[in-house]
Amino acid sequence: MKTNDFSSSSSSSPSDRRIGALLRHLTAGTDADRVSSVFASPTSGGAGGSVFAHLVQAPEDAILGVTIAYNKDPSPIKLNLGVGAYRTEEGKPLVLNVVRKAEQQLINDRSRIKEYLPIVGLVEFNKLSAKLILGADSPAIRENRVTTVECLSGTGSLRVGGEFLARHYHQKTIYIPQPTWGNHPKIFTLAGLSVKTYRYYDPSTRGLNFQGLLEDLSAAPQGSIVLLHACAHNPTGVDPTLEQWEQIRKLMRSKGLMPFFDSAYQGFASGSLDTDAKPIRMFVADGGELLVAQSYAKNMGLYGERVGALSIVCKAADVAGRVESQLKLVIRPMYSNPPIHGASIVAVILRDRNLFNEWTLELKAMADRIISMRKQLFEALRARGTPGDWTHIIKQIGMFTFTGLNPAQVSYMTKEYHIYMTSDGRISMAGLSSKTVPHLADAIHAVVTKAL
Amino acid sequence: MPFSSHTTLSTALIGTVYFASRDDPSPVKLNLSGGSYRSEEGKPLVLQAVRRAEQQLANDMSRDKDYLPLDGLAEFNKLSAKLILGDESSAVKENRVVTIQCLSGTGSLRVGAEFLAKHNQERVIFVSNPTWGNHPNIFSLAGMSVEYYRYYDPKTRGLDFKGMLEDLGAAPSGAIVVLQACAHNPTGVDPTLKQWEQIRQVVRSKSLLPFFDNAYQGFASGDLESDAQAVRMFVNDGGECLIAQSFAKNMGLYGERIGALTIVCTSEDVARKVKSQLLLVVRPMYLSPPIHGASIVTTILKNSDMYNDWTVELKGMANRILSMRKQLNEALQARGTPGDWSHIIRQIGMFSFTGLNEKQVRFIAKEYHIYMNYDGRVSIAGLSSKTVSQLADAIHAAVTRMA
Repeated sequence: MKTNDFSSSSSSSPSDRRIGALLRHLTAGTDADRVSSVFASPTSGGAGGSVFAHLVQAPEDAILGVTIAYNKDPSPIKLNLGVGAYRTEEGKPLVLNVVRKAEQQLINDRSRIKEYLPIVGLVEFNKLSAKLILGADSPAIRENRVTTVECLSGTGSLRVGGEFLARHYHQKTIYIPQPTWGNHPKIFTLAGLSVKTYRYYDPSTRGLNFQGLLEDLSAAPQGSIVLLHACAHNPTGVDPTLEQWEQIRKLMRSKGLMPFFDSAYQGFASGSLDTDAKPIRMFVADGGELLVAQSYAKNMGLYGERVGALSIVCKAADVAGRVESQLKLVIRPMYSNPPIHGASIVAVILRDRNLFNEWTLELKAMADRIISMRKQLFEALRARGTPGDWTHIIKQIGMFTFTGLNPAQVSYMTKEYHIYMTSDGRISMAGLSSKTVPHLADAIHAVVTKAL
Repeated sequence: MPFSSHTTLSTALIGTVYFASRDDPSPVKLNLSGGSYRSEEGKPLVLQAVRRAEQQLANDMSRDKDYLPLDGLAEFNKLSAKLILGDESSAVKENRVVTIQCLSGTGSLRVGAEFLAKHNQERVIFVSNPTWGNHPNIFSLAGMSVEYYRYYDPKTRGLDFKGMLEDLGAAPSGAIVVLQACAHNPTGVDPTLKQWEQIRQVVRSKSLLPFFDNAYQGFASGDLESDAQAVRMFVNDGGECLIAQSFAKNMGLYGERIGALTIVCTSEDVARKVKSQLLLVVRPMYLSPPIHGASIVTTILKNSDMYNDWTVELKGMANRILSMRKQLNEALQARGTPGDWSHIIRQIGMFSFTGLNEKQVRFIAKEYHIYMNYDGRVSIAGLSSKTVSQLADAIHAAVTRMA
């Protein structure tokens, strides 16, 4: 690129000369007079002189940190029970057959284009997703009281829902269970809500602190938002029973608390899509309003495609219409419109009866393998006579088990047995196999009998 | 009812034009309000290179769908940075460049803005008057306060360069300035390289932080390197800047939402800290970006045959648009349409600010069934040789019949 002598007044028009004079005036007192470089300001060159010099290194994400540490470990017997992605019996990631079929279908269809989706996303995908979670015969859908927008998996749905509530809902506090997925508080805080907790996990029983839950929700201000894990609670694996869900529902409706369901494991918990959707449908059936963030990351294995949906069930159709218009104002300045690919795969599968049925079989197989790992681990600990009650392993549900191990024990297991998990003692059952269960059982036995 | 108290949304201007166009039953209707490329047949275009890349990906059974890292596909990031900064970029070689995959241009702008709102000393961001309609929304929601610098001169239908320099010169030190790298949306008016150098001097002397919106690299002139010159001018002076890069238009990947945010820092150490802080913005927004679009781009950029094929198709699109500009200008000249229409060939990129006012725009919609934005912006990419005369007739009628 040629440089020109811009401040010279030779062979220039009156307007060029005016610009030149303006330029000299604006850059006066700095080195900018020198044509070849400008080094006077913090935004330009040289050592130091960065507008970002004051930044601190942000801590690494805890869950991802587990995988990073695992990858660095040279041990041949290492086991990664950190991240929440399904693994096969061979320890490999799994792309479902129906997903491959759907993708082939899409890619071979020369009539398909890559235009922008509407802001609300792929409309067919939205309709099918609402039916999947609410039930095909849901009165809320029939009455057009449901707004569904395609979002970036569960996280994106939670964030868009959170921003919508922060802007339009009269109560800006959301109650999240103690403990919950590590990203929940950050999502809602950045969305503009204030975050409080309600008691959930009882370490003494390794089950639900139901009394504490009811007390804390009772004490919440009228109208507060409450985050509920629809099934397969992350990280504990502890879910309320249907009777308990009914009590939660009654309490929440009596206090006007707004339910915001995080549904990341429909079909993945029990193996049945309808069973796992029951708590949500119970709330919808009472005619009240709620939000649900839906993810296809786990149940369709579409993790990296980032497919999900936010549904808002309203009291009336015209409200649902206005809600949709406001959701668009949240989405457009965030990423304009959502990605086509993942949503298209889901739509192909959900709309085709054969593919849908095949999917349910593959889904059940994943869920069954996890349930089998739970049984095997439980039996292995029993066989070793490991002290303590380990029934929570088979009572808890979904991808994760809260072992009950403390950080010191977790550390020991990593150091001595090369088993990686998050420091709260959460293990991913999906990361286990029949071959590796004994290794884990040995490690747990050792750490528990060592009284750390 | 908690959700009942909302006022009805007043739809964006582009939205009403779209709906009016959609509801028009006329067989000759022409929608020139959209922002995507159309072929000579008036159809959306999926590039051959893209179809090949997709086939390759779908047939590769070793691929899985696990989460990408928070910053996206690493190879995509490297290749994207090289594309905009150049293969020989010293900033890249010195590891001073952070690039993270984001959701197209919008997502890159939003993540960058949220990062700046948190960490930059100044929360004021300057955008051109006019600018893309979504810019102010993105920046406001990210927590910035939006101001404008003069840009478009309606008298010349060109750049108000003096006004631009004055306004940038008056901006508070440390303020952020959004600069469209090429093919300005909505006006089509770009500074010359000489003017870019002068802009650079003012920006650096006032310690303003440049944030480039790079949505049309290769799409403006037809040449990827030419369209990157303004950005590289700034990077080559050793200073810092942000760049929001989109592959929506130049690879026709609109709906796949694929882009990248690049932050050029003064040192490797700062770049590392910047990256770690960017991840804190991304994770609570959508965790990690989508694989598909990034994989397509990577496949094309790293394979020299596919890359070359892509550049040829890209040039094809840009040339067709240049040809439409010429044809429209000639058609208006042939009709003796009053006024100076040379701006149509001086402006560059997908859009042209015709200079028509709202009354004339509505007249054209009603009488000629041609839809453009109320500010007079037309999508040249939506024209074809067959429809140029229809538009020329419409403009001629509007200009001669109503002021």
